[in-house]
Amino acid sequence: MQFTQKSVMKRYEAVVMGVSTGGLKALETVLRQLPGEFSLPVMIVQHRIAHSDDFLCRFLGGICQLKVMEAEEKRMVKNGHVYIAPPDYHLQVEMDRTLSLSVDPPVNYSRPSVDVLFQTAAEVFQDRLVGVILTGANRDGSLGLAEIKRLGGLAVVQDPDTALAPEMPRSAIKTVSVDHVLLLEDIGRFLAQLDGSDTTTW
Amino acid sequence: MTTDDLDIENMELELLLNAIYMKYSFDFRGYSRASIKRRIKHRLSMSGLKTISDMQREILYYPDFFNTLLQDLSINVTEMFRDPSFYRALRKDVLPELRDLPHIKIWHAGCSSGEEVYSMAILLKESGLYQKCRIYATDFDETVLTKAKEGVYPVERLKSYTRNYQEAGGLESFADYYSSRYDLVKLDKTLRENILFSSHNLVTDGAFGEMNLIVCRNVLIYFNRDLQDHVFKLFSDSLCPGGFLCLGSKETVQLSTSANAFTEVVKKERIYRKKEATDGFQELQEDSCVS
Repeated sequence: MQFTQKSVMKRYEAVVMGVSTGGLKALETVLRQLPGEFSLPVMIVQHRIAHSDDFLCRFLGGICQLKVMEAEEKRMVKNGHVYIAPPDYHLQVEMDRTLSLSVDPPVNYSRPSVDVLFQTAAEVFQDRLVGVILTGANRDGSLGLAEIKRLGGLAVVQDPDTALAPEMPRSAIKTVSVDHVLLLEDIGRFLAQLDGSDTTTW
Repeated sequence: MTTDDLDIENMELELLLNAIYMKYSFDFRGYSRASIKRRIKHRLSMSGLKTISDMQREILYYPDFFNTLLQDLSINVTEMFRDPSFYRALRKDVLPELRDLPHIKIWHAGCSSGEEVYSMAILLKESGLYQKCRIYATDFDETVLTKAKEGVYPVERLKSYTRNYQEAGGLESFADYYSSRYDLVKLDKTLRENILFSSHNLVTDGAFGEMNLIVCRNVLIYFNRDLQDHVFKLFSDSLCPGGFLCLGSKETVQLSTSANAFTEVVKKERIYRKKEATDGFQELQEDSCVS
């Protein structure tokens, strides 16, 4: 395991994640490792076909100790909750920390788009946001991750060499000066350490 | 971009929305900010202007440029028969309740480019109800209304329209309803006979009276809570008792101040029904709704 040396002194307030091809397994691996006391809200965009049902939320809810639900508009983002973007809508975060949806055209051929979630969340949470890019077969999320970095947040990417679909993480690494490139099985634990840490050196 | 820059940008956004309201009377101040900011910044980058403040000056002095921005803010491209399960529920749970009325008045609020209205028209034709329906399709933007009237769509969309139509329980062949030429598809003009396209602004205009069915899907998601409450009240005032309200698949009336005016008919498809009259004033309204 290689971690860059970094002192983590600030408190993070939210995590956003983007994933595409291979997402079910990837999300299962990451979310399984989050402890019940994990307090940061997690907002997830997985590229989904337009008419998918609630299987994803139910399945992830079954393996995750946190409350997993489909993101609903106007809902306040809450600690200890995991929000999954509904199919065929963009998921956004508003300045008052409520979620909102849109049916604006696909971005990077995707709706929901990772870029849209990441860009709106970056404006709200700024340097208290962690952005995570997992396996995926297109470049959605790279610009969003760049925005997170620009506003002082943390950029975490799954190691492309071991990802089912490496393009999404690879594109993120090319676009952004990523803080941590981690194996899938280390990401959940890494996030758990970020939560409530006062001083942790990686 | 620093935190200060971001704060300034958000201030500029508020000032722009106020400028639009002051100069042109279009009120976007109650819109949720994430979407409208994205659309404004998109136009900003397309226009080559540097800041939202620059754009504010541009829209104040150049109405043509404002009209371009207005298009950006109003267009909601959708699909024919988007959410096929909604149309199946309409066919099964709503139309039978309206069947015995002498006339059926339907309002598509925020019809944009019209795909949804034409979907409804096809559904009504196949249910044998079209002749006694009057469909009012409204939007605040004249340009988009003109496009909706034409009923012309790009041929690339045909495959998904056809699939949606079939999944929605279409009884005929979707090809019966359009003709195509080059890269465009034109919907049959008989679909348009009982549709009246007109200008109406949900934010600033009043009730659009005595409807039996209101369809407003994926418009309210763009509004903040106060504006949603305002529009739900407008819809409640515009519906006959027992009239139906159909929202987008992720929208609900149940968290609004008008929640008690409606019952849930099909929860999953966000179909609600205005409660029947319980007092004298309501009974007056009911009389005119039956004629």
